[in-house]
Amino acid sequence: MAVSNRRQAISRFLVFAFVPLSIFTLVLIVPFVRGIYFTFRDWDGFGSTKWVGFDNYVAVFHDDKFWHSLWLTLGYVLATVVITNLVAFGLALLVTMPMRGMHALRTVFFVPNLIGGVILGLVWQFLFSKVIPQLPFFSSNWLLETNKAFWALVIVTVWQMSGYMMIVYVTALMSVNPEVLEASTIDGATGFRQMLYIKIPLIAPAFTISLFLTMRNAFMAYDLNLALTNGNPYNSTELMSLHVYREAFTRLDFATGQAQAVVMFIVVAAAALVQVVISKRFEVQA
Amino acid sequence: MKRVRRIRLVFLLLALALAALYAFPFIMVIINSVKERRDVANDPLSLPTTLKWSNFTEAIRKMEFWQSLGNSFIVTVLGVSAIIVASSLLAYYLSRTPSKFSKTTFLVLVASMVVPFQALMIPFSGLFGQKGLDMPQNKYTIAFFYVGFGVALSTFLYHGFISNIPRSLDEAAAIDGASAFGTFRRVIFPLLGPVTATVAIINALWIWNDFLLPQIVLLENDQKTLPLRTYVFFGKYTSDYGLAMAGLLLSIIPIVIFYFVMQKRIIAGISAGAVK
Repeated sequence: MAVSNRRQAISRFLVFAFVPLSIFTLVLIVPFVRGIYFTFRDWDGFGSTKWVGFDNYVAVFHDDKFWHSLWLTLGYVLATVVITNLVAFGLALLVTMPMRGMHALRTVFFVPNLIGGVILGLVWQFLFSKVIPQLPFFSSNWLLETNKAFWALVIVTVWQMSGYMMIVYVTALMSVNPEVLEASTIDGATGFRQMLYIKIPLIAPAFTISLFLTMRNAFMAYDLNLALTNGNPYNSTELMSLHVYREAFTRLDFATGQAQAVVMFIVVAAAALVQVVISKRFEVQA
Repeated sequence: MKRVRRIRLVFLLLALALAALYAFPFIMVIINSVKERRDVANDPLSLPTTLKWSNFTEAIRKMEFWQSLGNSFIVTVLGVSAIIVASSLLAYYLSRTPSKFSKTTFLVLVASMVVPFQALMIPFSGLFGQKGLDMPQNKYTIAFFYVGFGVALSTFLYHGFISNIPRSLDEAAAIDGASAFGTFRRVIFPLLGPVTATVAIINALWIWNDFLLPQIVLLENDQKTLPLRTYVFFGKYTSDYGLAMAGLLLSIIPIVIFYFVMQKRIIAGISAGAVK
């Protein structure tokens, strides 16, 4: 009996789990572990000859350009996460108002999200360089000025992501029990106070999710960065992801590039953990 | 009452103004895609006076639109189908086989979701390239990679759903003589419709629009996906913005059509995927 049970367990594993787990391991786990391993060696992308300890990481921390891209990315994450969520929540409130036509507007706000970052980046590259300078009050190409190019990147990111987060907030707002709202209205809570004390606490999980998603997207931003500014002017808008890509594939410094990628992973993982733990504290049981 | 109506009107106007702002970039692409090169340069804001449809035929030819579209389509369909099969099987196994191994595997899958692709892309070329496993750099290989990257999130989504299906269903099927795989295929999988739709949509949008992985893997022009091809095309023809805009519009249209056909399911899929 025990033998046939064991056999059954093995055949179950082979039928259901073996192939998916092998692919997952080969494509994700193996490169990840190898990648970490090679940051401690003098790796040229294909092979390595000796152990170098933390040399690659030391090189990363002495690289001013890396620090610049790291701080820039943190600023970008902060700006896009805050603005995207404010805009998305505002849009969600607007489109859930009981008025005709609001459904059609949801589509308009959502469409940028369907299209890939590269295409959107190219669209906006055209807008910033050819169209917007023709509008009153602008008159210059934002992509050519250090500070403005950063904000151009932020604006396009918000435009792209807010529709998606709007859907997340709309779903949450629609799921608030109308009886709870009614009861609070009877108790004298209306408009803004109802929003602040009843709705927002009840949909706190939506904020957790949305903050997590926007943060992850912002940390990993690459497509838009490449297509809109390509790091210009003077590398002033080169986010972490683009920096890592160039370190490895343009400057062909694989070991340092990979060490930077590992630092990036640690930053992302730590930020995600902190954010989820903090957000969970604000969620209430309803 | 009058005050309430006035406030509503203000909000409606605000919503319309915002919608116009959101749509503005697309309107600019559309009106400039049929213009002569110098009309774009002189006045990109005005409506076209003459319609230069040849921008489209030329863009289709120069970016080999049909080939790129076909590549994107094959990669997406293959990737999504394989992700559905792989992750539903794995999720069924993990939820029906309680063991330390299953628990650990599940935790590894969840943790893997915060690994940025950037941390894998450099070892990738060494591992799968010419000096490694030497996998062909074509659309089939890339679909295989998407399974590896997509399986974690999708298994997670399936797992939540399968855990809520009573086990008595499996047992009844087993008593009727169904094999383990037969039970899954005929009893369990048909019940997974709603999650399968979510998984399909989330992964389809991701794979269709993905850029970094194809940029690293697909080096031959005839294998390139639509976003990749559009990027190269745009870089070559920035001197002729009318043509470039036609190219951008062509690469936007397929996914927008997909959206209008699947609108309800896409919104439902996003809501379901986000509430996990």
